[in-house]
Amino acid sequence: MLESISQALQGVFSHKMRSFLTMLGIIIGIASIITIISGIKGTNEQIKANLIGAGNNVVTVQLYQNDMPYEMMYSGNPAGVKPLDAAQRDELRKLGGVEDVTFYHSRSYADQVYYQNTAFNGNIYGIDDSYFSVNDYQIKQGRGFTQADQANMRKVVILDERAVQTLFGSKNPIGEVVELMQEPFVIVGVAARTSNFEPVINSVDDYYSYAQTDAGSFFLPDSTWPIVYRFDEPQSVAVRASSTDDMTDAGKAVADYLNENQIAQQAAKDGVSYRSNDLLKRAQQLQELSSSTNNQLIWIAAISLLVGGIGVMNIMLVSVTERTHEIGLRKAVGAKRRRILSQFLTEAAVLTGIGGILGVLGGIGMSKLISKFMDTPSAISVPAIAAATVFSVLIGLVFGLVPAIKASKLNPIEALRRE
Amino acid sequence: MLVEMKDICKDYPQGKETVRVLKDVCLQVEEGDYLAIMGPSGSGKTTLMNVIGCLDVQTSGDYLLDGEDLLGAGSNRLAEVRNRLIGFVFQSFYLLPKLNAIDNVALPLMYAGVPKKERRERAVEALKTMGLEDRMTFRPNQLSGGQCQRVAIARAIVGKPKLLLADEPTGALDTASGNQIMDIFDRLNADGTTIIMITHEQAIADRAKHIHYIRDGVLSAQKEDETEKAEAAGRETEEEPLPSAPTGEDGETDA
Repeated sequence: MLESISQALQGVFSHKMRSFLTMLGIIIGIASIITIISGIKGTNEQIKANLIGAGNNVVTVQLYQNDMPYEMMYSGNPAGVKPLDAAQRDELRKLGGVEDVTFYHSRSYADQVYYQNTAFNGNIYGIDDSYFSVNDYQIKQGRGFTQADQANMRKVVILDERAVQTLFGSKNPIGEVVELMQEPFVIVGVAARTSNFEPVINSVDDYYSYAQTDAGSFFLPDSTWPIVYRFDEPQSVAVRASSTDDMTDAGKAVADYLNENQIAQQAAKDGVSYRSNDLLKRAQQLQELSSSTNNQLIWIAAISLLVGGIGVMNIMLVSVTERTHEIGLRKAVGAKRRRILSQFLTEAAVLTGIGGILGVLGGIGMSKLISKFMDTPSAISVPAIAAATVFSVLIGLVFGLVPAIKASKLNPIEALRRE
Repeated sequence: MLVEMKDICKDYPQGKETVRVLKDVCLQVEEGDYLAIMGPSGSGKTTLMNVIGCLDVQTSGDYLLDGEDLLGAGSNRLAEVRNRLIGFVFQSFYLLPKLNAIDNVALPLMYAGVPKKERRERAVEALKTMGLEDRMTFRPNQLSGGQCQRVAIARAIVGKPKLLLADEPTGALDTASGNQIMDIFDRLNADGTTIIMITHEQAIADRAKHIHYIRDGVLSAQKEDETEKAEAAGRETEEEPLPSAPTGEDGETDA
């Protein structure tokens, strides 16, 4: 097998120009397909990255009532939903695909929050110690929360950079006092997202809020939440999945667990449930939309493969005619039909296989060039490369079959005699 | 008995008619024999060679090659028998132009399923006995006609066949190279290889132990007298050469 391939390679290289021209159809076809697929994959990855946040892998699990996120501000505390505690956090961390979880209280429209005479209408979060690490926040200025802050319900607050911008401009906010629901809180630190990817979007709601100008966020120690708001409010969960592909499963597992253990039957009947923001599904819908147009391009490229295959058949037929003496001689010294058949099939497959590999290289180069000059996303798909190479070999086998059968059926006497 | 032919007939279709190219040919060749078959163009000698060499199957009659009856054998069986029992030497060598001498010689061994390393060793050995030690990696277009024919003989004997079939082995060579080739044949026969050779040159045929003559598809051990032969030659030239492929002689140089 290996030997017949190396023989076929010799044959291909002894007619470099002819072999190249024969391959050209295959090269162009495969190159176009690889380019198109790279474009599709690049766009898909961009959609996924925009929506989900590259490398962040965080899914939020929120309380919903009848398909709408539960708004504490308007609805008050839902009956029959138990608050979460540290023991459940440990349970959730054991679920498949879950790397870390954090519980938090949140209000998306802050009420009665002031710095001196300026009102702040951003988001308020009551967070535990793992919130910053799960959501990729880093303390930029001042300090984070300590065990003592949580344990002693110290009225301290950390602002994100946007909130600092909104309220303080370029002034140093550390040590300043802000007022939440008439309670004074001391600013101890400033936090910012560590990932350099901007904007990082954790939910579809975030996606919309980034489109608007966001006033920023305040973070309180979770233990102080009851000081400003209610003591038994249900929390949301941010889940960091072990990989982007685990996000859907991890989010669903956490939501299922919470629905089973935290929500009383009566509340469930009222349509109250935890749901994960299934961003992957959402991303897939957008991806399908964008790929459907490009899939038609693949069919057009496939036609060039068909034309290339016919070219290969043509040249192989010429080659069989040219080499009747060789075939006759091989048969005379003992080659069986099958050997001649496989010799010519191997030659055709090697020819188109090399064409396929050159096409893949050309396609990769082409998609890199296009994405560089047109500034469009592209990503190389390894399965597509493997499939393209295998498929081009298949083209050789299919279109080489007729010439190979013709060669194998030659009568040795006539083949040797023919001029 | 290596070759045992009894009442062999071979018909070829020609248009709507059938032409009988071989007529009741009987031939017996023992192992170690050295036989020349002479005959004019279109006499059926190449067809006879093809039947002996299992490139073709007789229409009727019995042919036992080394005790095997091959009437009705399929192309694969014939290929296997050719590979095992017969070595061919052709007038125009039929070396594969892209392969060097070693690879050309090793070709029959490849189809016999011999492992690559052993193939190479045996091919080198066969080339050495042909005196081509310094030409092993040359391609046919880098070799002279005589050297090419020696490579072809090496290819014919590398599988240690029982029978060497030569079709005008010196036809494309000058006298000196031709004599060299014939010396090799003599030596191979002396070493025990059975040789059947087609030729139209008396000097070449005289090297063999026996000479058979074929005319119009009839084989005989007797040489016809000179007048008959002249008549035959006259008829040959008057007759239209047979257009059918199997009966036309390949590149014969006789006038």
